[in-house]
Amino acid sequence: MALTTEEVNKIAYLARLGIDEQDVDSYAKELSGILNLVEQMSSVNTEQVTPMAHPMDQVQRLRVDEVTEGDQRELFQAQAPDVEAGLYLVPKVID
Amino acid sequence: MHNQTIAELAKGLQAGEFSSQELTTAHLARIKQHSALNCFITVTEVEALAQAKIADQLISDGKAGPLTGIPLAHKDIFCTQGIKTSCGSKMLDNFQAPYNATVIERFNQAGAVTLGKLNMDEFAMGSSNETSFFGPVKNPWDHSAVPGGSSGGSACAVAARLAVGATGTDTGGSIRQPAAFCGITGLKPTYGRVSRYGMIAFASSLDQGGPMTRTVEDAALMLQTMAGFDSRDSTSVDKPVPDYSKGLNDSLAGLKIGLPKEFFGDNLNTQMAQVVEEAIAEYTRLGAEVVEVSMPNINLSIPAYYIIAPAECSANLSRFDGVRYGHRCEAPEDLNDLYTRSRGEGFGSEVKRRILIGTYALSTGYYDAYYLQAQKIRRLISDDFKKVLSEVDVLMGPVTPTPAFGLGEKSGDPIEMYLSDMYTIAVNLAGLPALSIPAGFVDQKPVGLQIIGNYFEEARLLNVAHRYQQETDWHQQAPAGIE
Repeated sequence: MALTTEEVNKIAYLARLGIDEQDVDSYAKELSGILNLVEQMSSVNTEQVTPMAHPMDQVQRLRVDEVTEGDQRELFQAQAPDVEAGLYLVPKVID
Repeated sequence: MHNQTIAELAKGLQAGEFSSQELTTAHLARIKQHSALNCFITVTEVEALAQAKIADQLISDGKAGPLTGIPLAHKDIFCTQGIKTSCGSKMLDNFQAPYNATVIERFNQAGAVTLGKLNMDEFAMGSSNETSFFGPVKNPWDHSAVPGGSSGGSACAVAARLAVGATGTDTGGSIRQPAAFCGITGLKPTYGRVSRYGMIAFASSLDQGGPMTRTVEDAALMLQTMAGFDSRDSTSVDKPVPDYSKGLNDSLAGLKIGLPKEFFGDNLNTQMAQVVEEAIAEYTRLGAEVVEVSMPNINLSIPAYYIIAPAECSANLSRFDGVRYGHRCEAPEDLNDLYTRSRGEGFGSEVKRRILIGTYALSTGYYDAYYLQAQKIRRLISDDFKKVLSEVDVLMGPVTPTPAFGLGEKSGDPIEMYLSDMYTIAVNLAGLPALSIPAGFVDQKPVGLQIIGNYFEEARLLNVAHRYQQETDWHQQAPAGIE
């Protein structure tokens, strides 16, 4: 399984991940290598096997529906690159 | 003082032979003296001395526990309130966690001292500590070799006696492999045994925190504090925590050890095989019975892991978008540019590779062939373990196919690097506990013995490993220049 540079660019776009134009070829090569490594899975017949999502086969624990977290907006926003009046600022989305 | 174990230091502290402030000061001086090893990303000198002062008060008030006043250090993946928590990445170079991880909280409550935050592969993705934004860590036994990864700073700091014990995390071998490469003891507990709250997520169905120490006895003491149910972690298992120190000396007569034949194939360096076989011979002298077992699907561990871990990582790391915290690019043109450039600049190349593979494996048209198939193979591997662990008490084998490799030797070839984890990954897929203990040397570099147990049988593993350390002195060896 070999990935083309177009496919790498498409995946990078889906992941919103900037990669340098000059590195696309080497990513294509390395990612193809990883896909070849995982390729041996395809020869295993798993028709009757239940997928395993979690080692303990646990179900999501439920809790009483009550508020347990206090408002810590100022504390959390102290880490933000850009805030104003309690809001996170990003470039304009709609013209 | 730095050559003493947690158990020995606790006695000295309680007998008033030295204070925690003296002990902490001595370790801070050693950290400075050995800064070329590059173990620490952040040294918290002021906070450590303040914690030591409080610990000394607790000791003189007779309120000390076994970890009170003991200088530890934590992998920089655990959130520490008000202290930089970088996860080895440029993305979080400016991040001061607003809260403590549960593991940190528990050590604080036990009165332990935090010396600082330890270097690691970026977002725990790596097997050599070379993917860290803060530069590689050196192996204290051979400065031209890697310490292993991703908990490379933790393993090196403990081996070099810069911290008495350290925390690590293990997603595919990240506690056991560096412990083996640096000649220390490292335990990866059962999935769900130690809270993951505040432990920055890489692959959530595999990640588990655990102790890294010089002796098994110390690992038991640290695990005692780390383990237990936490309502803030939805995957934490609500099961009583046994006394991990109590059965350490129990007899091993009649212990049934399984040797998976797949662990002793052509990939294993012959000198490594010899060290492991000698360790197993020691167990037969202790009264254990050894049988060969087979786990036919274990060779599929690396393929399944390199779909499951990247898939989960691509989802987990989507939170780093330059909006709420972490790195943000300069002068973004629009929202898409903000996301794309912040992530492109903030992440290193190994993290990018894994995000790309994960995104691909989860994308429309490929999900069944990759992710679903990997989850089915995960079941087959887990069933192999269930079968053999119903026939034997523990499994033993190597931790790594070779001793620590050279800095730069594998960093240009991701696949070569991935293959160095061939003996550790299956345990994470199954969610089982396993540990690594020093069992000898090859080319003057330490070799680890891996011991794998059944779910929640950490106490049994510690007992089996402790008895070996009573008969051997591999764990007491120190790298040259460290004394």
